[in-house]
Amino acid sequence: MKATNIADPAYFHKVVDCQWACPAHTPVPDYIRLIAEERYTEAYMLNWDSNVFPGILGRTCDRPCEPACRRVRTEEKPVAICRLKRVAADHKGDISDYLPRVPKKKNGKRICLLGAGPASLAVARDLLPFGYEVDMFDRDPAGGGMMRSQIPAFRLPADVLEEEVDLIVDMGINAHYNHEITSMKEMLALGYDAYFVGTGAPRGRDLDLPGRKEVDAHISIGIDWLGSVAFGHTTSISGKVIVMGGGNTAMDCCRTSKRLGAETVTVVVRSAFEVMKASEWEKEDAMSEGIPIVNNRPPKEFVHENGKLKGVVFECVKPVDDGSGRLRYVPSGEPDVFMECDHVLMAIGQENHCPWIERDIGLDFDKWDCPVLDETTFQSTHPKVFFGGDSAFGPENIIWASAHAHQAAISIHLFCQGKDLKKDRPADGVNLISQKMGIHQWSYDAEHDDAKRFIVPHANKRKALDNIKIEVELGFDARLGLKEAQRCLNCDVQTVFTENLCIECDACVDICPMDCITFTQNAEEPELRASLIAPAQNTEQDLYVSETLPTGRVMAKDEDVCLHCGLCAERCPTNAWDMQKSMIHTPQLGSCAQ
Amino acid sequence: MTFVAKPRVHHPLLPTNDLGLTRRDYEGSVSTLCAGCGHDSVSAAIVQACAELSLPPHRFAKVSGIGCSSKTPSYFLGNSHGFNSVHGRMPSVATGANLANRELYCVGVSGDGDSASIGLGQFAHIVRRRINMLYIVDNNGTYGLTKGQFSATNDKGSTSKKGVPNLYEPIDLVSMALQIGASFVARSFSGDKRQLVPLIQAGLAHKGFAFIDVVSPCVAFNNHSGSTKSYDYVRDHFGKLVEADFIAPGEEITADYEEGSGEDVTMPDGSTLRLRKLAAEYDPHDRVDALSHVQRAAEAGEVVTGLLYVDPDAGDCHDILGTSAKPLNALDESVLCPGAEALERVNAGLR
Repeated sequence: MKATNIADPAYFHKVVDCQWACPAHTPVPDYIRLIAEERYTEAYMLNWDSNVFPGILGRTCDRPCEPACRRVRTEEKPVAICRLKRVAADHKGDISDYLPRVPKKKNGKRICLLGAGPASLAVARDLLPFGYEVDMFDRDPAGGGMMRSQIPAFRLPADVLEEEVDLIVDMGINAHYNHEITSMKEMLALGYDAYFVGTGAPRGRDLDLPGRKEVDAHISIGIDWLGSVAFGHTTSISGKVIVMGGGNTAMDCCRTSKRLGAETVTVVVRSAFEVMKASEWEKEDAMSEGIPIVNNRPPKEFVHENGKLKGVVFECVKPVDDGSGRLRYVPSGEPDVFMECDHVLMAIGQENHCPWIERDIGLDFDKWDCPVLDETTFQSTHPKVFFGGDSAFGPENIIWASAHAHQAAISIHLFCQGKDLKKDRPADGVNLISQKMGIHQWSYDAEHDDAKRFIVPHANKRKALDNIKIEVELGFDARLGLKEAQRCLNCDVQTVFTENLCIECDACVDICPMDCITFTQNAEEPELRASLIAPAQNTEQDLYVSETLPTGRVMAKDEDVCLHCGLCAERCPTNAWDMQKSMIHTPQLGSCAQ
Repeated sequence: MTFVAKPRVHHPLLPTNDLGLTRRDYEGSVSTLCAGCGHDSVSAAIVQACAELSLPPHRFAKVSGIGCSSKTPSYFLGNSHGFNSVHGRMPSVATGANLANRELYCVGVSGDGDSASIGLGQFAHIVRRRINMLYIVDNNGTYGLTKGQFSATNDKGSTSKKGVPNLYEPIDLVSMALQIGASFVARSFSGDKRQLVPLIQAGLAHKGFAFIDVVSPCVAFNNHSGSTKSYDYVRDHFGKLVEADFIAPGEEITADYEEGSGEDVTMPDGSTLRLRKLAAEYDPHDRVDALSHVQRAAEAGEVVTGLLYVDPDAGDCHDILGTSAKPLNALDESVLCPGAEALERVNAGLR
């Protein structure tokens, strides 16, 4: 193998599994260390820089970082990254001094944001400090988009939502609420310099089954129903409720129904439990509130009597693994089941839907009715119009909206400055800074903590079920937060090897608790991997290969399960190993400022 | 010395041996030696050798004297018996331990100061007595604990870190061991575990006195350009005479050496030593030949390594003395003190 080029920003970025997995590339270990130092405000701001909504995401994020966490591979459970983010948000002090200044004198460019959800807000946050004038339009009476309308208050309290939404709105957005957008043509006629469409995926899917039309009054689309609860139009639900669907919206629907007075609530899912789209912890929370989840039951028919819903007939299937990686469902042979109910909430998916964008304005849509976009710049085929969030590539979650928004904001800025959206785009970068402070002193806490993942306290269940506004997860207090923070392996403090200092004494090989380091003859990757002391299970992580050493061998380090404990550097007599913090620079608008 | 404790967690695929233990279960506490010390590699080689052979750690007696080398028994086999004795007096303690309980694996770790200076007399006599043990000398040619004076094994003409040459002839412990009757004599290098680990395994399987002189560089005081015991010097002057592969009892033996160059030696415990001669004329069973070869190589400044001499049938001190097959510490009082009548009989036989 060729010697590893550690100057490539992607190399060490990939070693920081959590940051690599985070769409917004939040520097996770960095903010966890700040929490461990009780510097909550700084930890919060580091998050705010990357993901814009730390308090909201600390409660609602889909957490792509956690399954990626190295601790899953070295021990068992990941660091509770998301809950630590919330610790930073809950304990932060006054952040006003840390916020970017918005110039009074504007730069003369006007930007129009369509939709007031996370994507639009994040674009506004990135653009406002550069003197852009930003107008934002939304049909709802307040900003926040789906964060307000679809996430129930028992998961995301209103004050947390409002604090982070208002922070951005108050930076100087001209917000136009209760403004239903009906025509893109009309908006374009207003003559803004650029447009950003962040209208989400607002259309919930429906099912055209026998009896569907007749019982229309007893069926609600999940996201619409949650929205009407959020804005206070719906305050109760009665009788027996069936929630169809296996995603997070289904979990929110069933738990909300339970709180609004439903006699019984049952979730019925067409697929198997394991492949449900809902996050693990959402499923657990729903079940712990006594809501049964029935799997492998595709609906067949709505049963009604004189327009009154009686129940739903479900087919019984079983999953078959045909080796294709996707489960296939075949009839299980059991007879169809009839489940009695008075109300059905459909939470079987949603799609982006822009009927208000005329199809003759040079803005192309593909065959799935999604806008045709450049994946790097988020520019549509209409040069002035950019997309982000769910409206770009379909339903994802908030963290993706932030990630898209940063890229779209860069594009809008370059576009408005008359620059090339690709050639002038700022590149990723990496800085490596030694953490050595003395012979045996490191500026990070190298010691490995073998504590198990800490359990987050919950509110009293009876009280929580009585009031939709009572937050269920209480979050870690400062003490638990510190303990959980200690579990982080500091994967951003990298083992950096300098060939010409190495005397091949084997001290690093002997001390490495995870058998990551091997000195061996160089070979092609599969062969080299096989010759390692302990070959990796996960080959996604690269090998760190040195230039040839005096004995003709190379140093090959498997990054997969490295604990970043620093023992190789501790035991290295010549400093050939050093622990260096890799600071990954993912471009944001700030980094292309002039 | 390292202040970061070695994490207990290990690689998810770390293999377990026949006892259900991983290699990590054979480690001791974290080394307090200088970073990069060759002795730590020797400890790691002992750990690996014992783990691979599935030897029960609690059946080991580790003994040592004084010095950097003699601290190392703390760093391997954490769950065994140990005795860190007086400077140069490890052989006495090892002799006592082995006589009292012949069933324990006895591993002595000493250094060039401990064995070639203050303990030279003890060393000579434990070799003569053929105590059944593995005696390892971590040989770095310097007194590391007292900041780098020449030791008795330092080669004449080799210099100190400051460039002052050594004026005296070196003591070669390998030659001494050969001359006084060790039945297993090897030399190796801490930087070559592929050679060292099988030698340690063979030494543990050997019945009688097994001696391994391990050149183990002192990174702090004797790893400079004027040293003959530095990583660079040893790598440049490394000559392998006889490679030894260790094949545990019951393992499949496959022929993989060229005809005429190899030989399988059956050890008393049923294991096999596969010797591969790398110098055509060399005979690892001829003590006199081995001695002269080692001496001649030393004259030429070469560090000859490998299993230099082995006599698997020589036996040990218990055979020489004809002691009880049952360990002495397991005999009860009636056997150990058979009474006045028995004493009378013995005395009568001497009159």
